[in-house]
Amino acid sequence: MILLKHATVVNKDGMQQTDVLIDEGVIKLLAPNIEYPNAEVIDCDGKLVFPGFIDMHCHLSNHDRTREEGIESGGLAALAGGFTTVCCMPNTVPPIDNPALVGYVRAKSASIGNADVFPIGCVTLGQKGEELCEYGKMKQAGAIAVSDDGVPVARGAVMLNALKYAKTFNIPLLSHSEDESISAGGVVNDGDNATACGLRGIPRTAESAAVARNVLLAEEAGARIHICHVSTAESVDIIRAAKARGVRVTCETCPQYFAATDDEILSYNTNAKTNPPLREESDVEAIVEGIKDGTIDVIATDHAPHGYDEKNVEFDYASFGTVGLETAFSLAYTYLVLTDTIKPSDLCRLMSYEPSRILGLTDRGRIEQGARADIVIIDPDAEYSVDASEFKSKGKNSLFDGWRLNGKITQVIVKGELKQL
Amino acid sequence: MKRKDILGIKDLTRAEINEILSTADVMRDMIDRGEKSNALRGKSVATLFCESSVRTRISFETAAKNLGASVSDLPLAMPSVQNGESLIDAGMTLDALKTDVIVLRHSVAGSCKLLAENVNASVINAGDGLNEHPSQALSDGLTARRHFGNVDGKRVVIVGDVKHSRVARSDAILFGMLGAKVTVCAPYSMLPCGIDGFGCDVETDFDKAILGADIIVPLRVGRKSMDGAYFSAQEYDEYYGVTQKRLELCSDDCIVMHFGSLNRGSEIRGDVSGDRSSMISEQVTNGVAVRMAMLDLLVNGDNKL
Repeated sequence: MILLKHATVVNKDGMQQTDVLIDEGVIKLLAPNIEYPNAEVIDCDGKLVFPGFIDMHCHLSNHDRTREEGIESGGLAALAGGFTTVCCMPNTVPPIDNPALVGYVRAKSASIGNADVFPIGCVTLGQKGEELCEYGKMKQAGAIAVSDDGVPVARGAVMLNALKYAKTFNIPLLSHSEDESISAGGVVNDGDNATACGLRGIPRTAESAAVARNVLLAEEAGARIHICHVSTAESVDIIRAAKARGVRVTCETCPQYFAATDDEILSYNTNAKTNPPLREESDVEAIVEGIKDGTIDVIATDHAPHGYDEKNVEFDYASFGTVGLETAFSLAYTYLVLTDTIKPSDLCRLMSYEPSRILGLTDRGRIEQGARADIVIIDPDAEYSVDASEFKSKGKNSLFDGWRLNGKITQVIVKGELKQL
Repeated sequence: MKRKDILGIKDLTRAEINEILSTADVMRDMIDRGEKSNALRGKSVATLFCESSVRTRISFETAAKNLGASVSDLPLAMPSVQNGESLIDAGMTLDALKTDVIVLRHSVAGSCKLLAENVNASVINAGDGLNEHPSQALSDGLTARRHFGNVDGKRVVIVGDVKHSRVARSDAILFGMLGAKVTVCAPYSMLPCGIDGFGCDVETDFDKAILGADIIVPLRVGRKSMDGAYFSAQEYDEYYGVTQKRLELCSDDCIVMHFGSLNRGSEIRGDVSGDRSSMISEQVTNGVAVRMAMLDLLVNGDNKL
């Protein structure tokens, strides 16, 4: 039994001063001045208390030997970043394209018991973009969504069918929208900086043309679609217009797309090599505007841990991705809240509530009586320098290493249990 | 010159460029007299070519030998991920062999910087991806300077697949720094975005670009552009080929540069490449002189010959 005293509780609709009583894994009571003699008391004076964050998009795997980060270290990294629920993408070796592997990831998460890890299943068998996976059986085994992350479905007809099939089982489809015939060979955003460093560019249309196609396919199918890691101004416009005419589209962006630009590649820093690539100032502005006006529903991490040797090589040979679990909140807080772009309650919507709604995890994403007691306590006044070498994640490949950020996670509670950070 | 590495023209100051070119002038005279020097005696130079280029490698090798250095070549075609050997490992091996200068050619932009940050030896960029090819640009600069005396105010036209050319980038920066007015010319499909950020004009009409030009640099054009899109070589020749007829539109003492391996009939006509305006042979000798200067200045710092 845990009692949070003098808490400033942040929900999607606003903030309130209250005490919070937690017992048997759920939130029992929200009221001022609760006294409960046997409870472990956490004084939350001056702290912000959020519902645990939910990452819809990360990369962890125990069955993939080519990846360093398993559910254990990944789960610890998640907790350190305030994420009490994370969803791992299926582009592993072998890919998560069958109910058995889905069940394995879910069981592994339960046995380790830090952050709650949900597997995401593939859209097509072997990520080949041909035959659809067993969405019904995968969902039954614990898959929270299906996605073509990392290996986008090339053929429109297959995507149309996948959207209709996903609609049948009411399972969200998280789309990595990229036209690989346009992005082929590119390693950074196609722009002035790519030209200046002689690195091959990925045109913005590699993303936005695919977003347009996939949104139209979802509209045709009458299905919902969630667009992953939106990075361009054009993608934001396309999604905004689609939402306005009633298409059931949601989308996410990641901190690297609102806190950084492709200026980071000028030093050939391979941690700045991400897919989609870091874009330009005008894109950052459009992403921020999309966050502000609600076009962008979710902030996810696309946490992509890589070993030293996968990043300390020639730029073209380096793996795509940056780790993100342990910096996402502070980046959002520093670059969005402290700049007065959004309120803390908006951040709760972006990092807790909307992910729970899109994924159908209705027991979490809010701090209210009866909700699952997934809670993160934050010191909003703390300022610190990111030190990737101290990450819980096995991936130290952080674009944000050395950055000065605000807002620090002090305690995390998962299903009523206070976790060691 | 006091620096460990030469990674690109954009990292050099105007003073450093002039120092290299002036030193190269001395080297060139030495070559013409058939003399050699001992400036690099007891020093070792390694050529590490992860992308094959016989011309550039031989030029560096000749330059190093002319200065009395010992030269070793590591034919490390396609290193790194493919066969598990990393560039940094190769560099550390060369360090352990007490190599003074590593000359690196690599298909990935930024590789020379990566190597330079991980080795004690000096690193010279012999071409990295689409980034830079400083020794080639300096050779072009020397050729132009020796021909005109002064490049300041001269009109330079770089024509061809600018998008996929490191020479275009290095040349544009170098000639700009030397005070020339640079125009890059190509169809839009061969122009990288933001190339005007290099301080040059952009023109898609070659006949317009070439008017009154003093220096023409035709870039090599492959049959297949690197974006995988085919184009017609005949049409390219029609619109962007350097022909006698087009040379008549240039200034009277216009010179044509080319860094070897001609696509005869495409970017340059046989009659032009053999013409007195063609600097191709001159460039090869100047290439050796420039590379001698680069090696000497890196290894011996302020100690002139």
